[in-house]
Amino acid sequence: MSDFPFLTVLTVLPLVGALVVALLPVGADLLAKRVALGWSLLVLVITIVMCLGFEANGDRFQFVDSYAWIPQFGARFDFGVDGIALVMLALIGVLVPVVVLASWHDAEPGRRSVKTFFALLLALESTMVGVFAATDVFLFYVFFEAMLVPMYFLIGSYGGPRRQYAAVKFFLYSLVGGLLMLAAVIGLYVASKGELGAGTFAFQNLVELNMDPDLQKWLFAGFFIAFAIKAPLFPFHTWLPDAGGQAPIGAAVLLVGVLDKVGTFGFLRYCLPLFPDATRSFAPLVFALALIGIFYGAFLAMGQSDLKRLVAYTSIAHFGFIAIGCFALTTQAGTGAVLYMVNHGLSTGALFLVVGFLAARRGSVLVQDFGGAAKLMPLIAGAFFIAGLSSLALPGTNSFVSEFLVLIGTYTVNSVVAIIATVGIVLAALYVLWMYQRTMQGPLNPAIPTTLPDLTRREAWVIGPVLALVLALGVYPKPVLDIITPAVQATMQDAGASDPTPTAISGGGK
Amino acid sequence: MNTTGFTVPQLDYAALLPMLVLFGAACLGVLVEAFVPRPLRRPVQAGLALLALVVSFGTVVLAAGTQTITAGRAVAVDGPALFLQGSIAVLGIAALLLLADRTSDEQPTEAFPLVLFSLGGMMLFVAANDLLIMFVALEVLSLPLYLLCGLARRRRLLSQEAAVKYFLLGAFASAFFLYGVALLYGYADSVRLADLYRAVGSSGRSDALLLAGLAMLLIGLLFKAGAVPFHMWTPDVYQGAPTPITALMAACTKVAAFGAILRVLQVAFLNTRWDWRPVLIAVAMVTMVVGAVLAVTQTDLKRLLAYSSIANAGFILCGVAGLGPAGTASTLFYLASYGFTTVGAFAVVMLVRDADGEATHLSRWAGLGRRSPLLAAVFTFFLLAFAGIPLTSGFISKFGVFAAALDGGAVALVVVGVIASMVIAFPYLRLIVLMYLSEPVPDGPTVTVPGAFTAASLALGVAATLLLGVVPGPLLDLANRASEFVR
Repeated sequence: MSDFPFLTVLTVLPLVGALVVALLPVGADLLAKRVALGWSLLVLVITIVMCLGFEANGDRFQFVDSYAWIPQFGARFDFGVDGIALVMLALIGVLVPVVVLASWHDAEPGRRSVKTFFALLLALESTMVGVFAATDVFLFYVFFEAMLVPMYFLIGSYGGPRRQYAAVKFFLYSLVGGLLMLAAVIGLYVASKGELGAGTFAFQNLVELNMDPDLQKWLFAGFFIAFAIKAPLFPFHTWLPDAGGQAPIGAAVLLVGVLDKVGTFGFLRYCLPLFPDATRSFAPLVFALALIGIFYGAFLAMGQSDLKRLVAYTSIAHFGFIAIGCFALTTQAGTGAVLYMVNHGLSTGALFLVVGFLAARRGSVLVQDFGGAAKLMPLIAGAFFIAGLSSLALPGTNSFVSEFLVLIGTYTVNSVVAIIATVGIVLAALYVLWMYQRTMQGPLNPAIPTTLPDLTRREAWVIGPVLALVLALGVYPKPVLDIITPAVQATMQDAGASDPTPTAISGGGK
Repeated sequence: MNTTGFTVPQLDYAALLPMLVLFGAACLGVLVEAFVPRPLRRPVQAGLALLALVVSFGTVVLAAGTQTITAGRAVAVDGPALFLQGSIAVLGIAALLLLADRTSDEQPTEAFPLVLFSLGGMMLFVAANDLLIMFVALEVLSLPLYLLCGLARRRRLLSQEAAVKYFLLGAFASAFFLYGVALLYGYADSVRLADLYRAVGSSGRSDALLLAGLAMLLIGLLFKAGAVPFHMWTPDVYQGAPTPITALMAACTKVAAFGAILRVLQVAFLNTRWDWRPVLIAVAMVTMVVGAVLAVTQTDLKRLLAYSSIANAGFILCGVAGLGPAGTASTLFYLASYGFTTVGAFAVVMLVRDADGEATHLSRWAGLGRRSPLLAAVFTFFLLAFAGIPLTSGFISKFGVFAAALDGGAVALVVVGVIASMVIAFPYLRLIVLMYLSEPVPDGPTVTVPGAFTAASLALGVAATLLLGVVPGPLLDLANRASEFVR
């Protein structure tokens, strides 16, 4: 660990970049794009340096930065990452440059400002980093809500035809959750005041509170609903297909790839450790919702004719697995859930990116506007296929490892849930393969102009790194697992859970 | 003004100076009106008024830390009084800048002394330690406002209707207040707050006098604060009054009204809190919900802001119901930060104009973000602050009052408050959608380039809303230190 304030820099730097891009002269669109790309790559480099300096078996929270903020509330600028937050920061670091490059021409057709688009992306990156890096609950809440604003404008200004509706729905759903969480945050603060004498928001202190189980249930509910809307868990999911379907591709990748992970991250960071008793009482309910989500998401994905909505629905199914992994309260399942969060970001990100390529060529994301397209665009079809396989968790791709860990980790404590969830894998194969078949295989749809180009160089740079990570993590996930496992162990310890078979822990690390 | 006939009371001039400056300047303003030639009148009046407010603010700062009761125990200058007087002075400057600006529909120059009288009355209102002085201050602050409401140059009927409505209802509320004072005098043989405090429980007279008196007093005060069910005047008056005056009422009158409510409840009736607190909580709940729900249905921007101000009165009442120093401090902070945001919002309203004045119908604002991105961005920022999004002062203030209420055990109040916050976010959001995501209307309103004064007021609003959201520490600290009433 060095003394360099990595997390502060990572939070502030993209915001500075956003201001720089926003202040560029009007019309300097290309410059704005280049600055945004360069800036996001700089953030990526700093993130990588930080990851290399992270000691997997060191302190739970590393790169801790702490500054006084509002002493009257006991709120501080406290930053620190455990393994879970670190891998999420790495995911953000990778996805943002990819998204910037993928959105190169996205803002152009409209009369909207190009530089504003990229400034919003960088501002969004800043809030996303902040939300994972904060260890002060108040600061976390600030980023959690602030995150909505850039995303709202990205969807509302640059999205599809029903963008207004989608943006408002997204904002209102998130705000409802956020305000319920605000009530719980205040409740937590008052509880800490009652027990410690002075109110605090520091995670490390809050974990040690001994709260009354009834109070825990109420506060848990406040946090849980906010995270369940964010994640999104059935029945709080209805905003996602609209938002994901209407958002510009770049924003959709970040929305589903990263923003939604804040929900599952919140389960692990806040719900489990802060409210262990309530977690145990609510776990069966969460399992039920997650299982419904897995099947509901899968069936609706099959029924979609819009590729973006389809991908959004697959995410709802995947979030079911992640939620089960979080609430199974075993290290294995928890590790699997965290790895799944990373993997889902990559595989769904890849799917959205390919859909974006298709949309840019065909001007449509409807399934019936394609068919046999693989003949024209073999490389894009190949990328689509790999991304799809990763989404259905084929062995050899990244998602397999995580899904497997979640399922065996869950099986040791609740075999029924694990078995039912396994059926969901079959459905995943169905919707992915069917989607691929209808768009890429079979006779060429005569409506497709035969002049459509295959993958361009820029697009290759967009999708290449993501697919490389998909395959690399599928074959050799150990480095990531090594980082995640101690953090998950600590989380489960806070939640008061003990693993049923001690050997399972070592199994998780292999 | 505070002298009585029989004995000359001791006057602590240093403590009274903020008010004396304003009343003095107001009287001077009347003379200016009479003797200064017409072309010079406007700059002289505006300069005089601004100077008076700045000096008054300076004297408030110099008096910081004072804890004294002066003028025959009729005026209490303590932490809350000084904090509120300072807020009134600064917010008064912000609103006066709007009034002084050339881009606004020019108000007659009489408006300046009237505003000063009103602001002086507000300063006395929050420092009154005696119910009769409080009543006098109430009238001093209200009468100029009734006049000011009727001064609009355009849409005169609407403006005059607003003035008459405000006057009639205001007079009615004042009558309630006075009746309450009479009943309380019957209970305690005194109208001083400290005597009332001592009389509670030891008076031996019927509690009916106490409770009925308190209830009537509160009706008068809650009317000024714009709390439901005494809010009916707010939308009409806010809509009809000239916009700078609306800004003045939304910011300063609110500060004054809540300052008085805090003082009366905390100083005189602390020991009857078991009687009034449930009522106050119920009023707060209803105010938040009614304000938020009706805001959703509005199609006129000024009416929307009026309902938003009603809902905000409910949020502020949460802080009042929180009791204790924490409740007082959070209320003080809320009043100051909300005032800046609301003056800023009304300043924006002034700038978006049609052929016949301000374009306040919502549909006229469609696509404004496309035509004047900066103004739309500023207004969006204010709306986000109203909605309580973090990194704006609105979030910190809401957090403060909810935390105080929850700390005081009012869980249900906070839950209702959170729900109301969700509801009221919708109209703000709809407005943002309208400005950014809708196509501009073909013959849309023009956006006036703000004059230096309006620009200064806007800049003050943006800076305060941002700074109090990001580094609220200093003002919170000030509010905490200023939260002790002197009895």
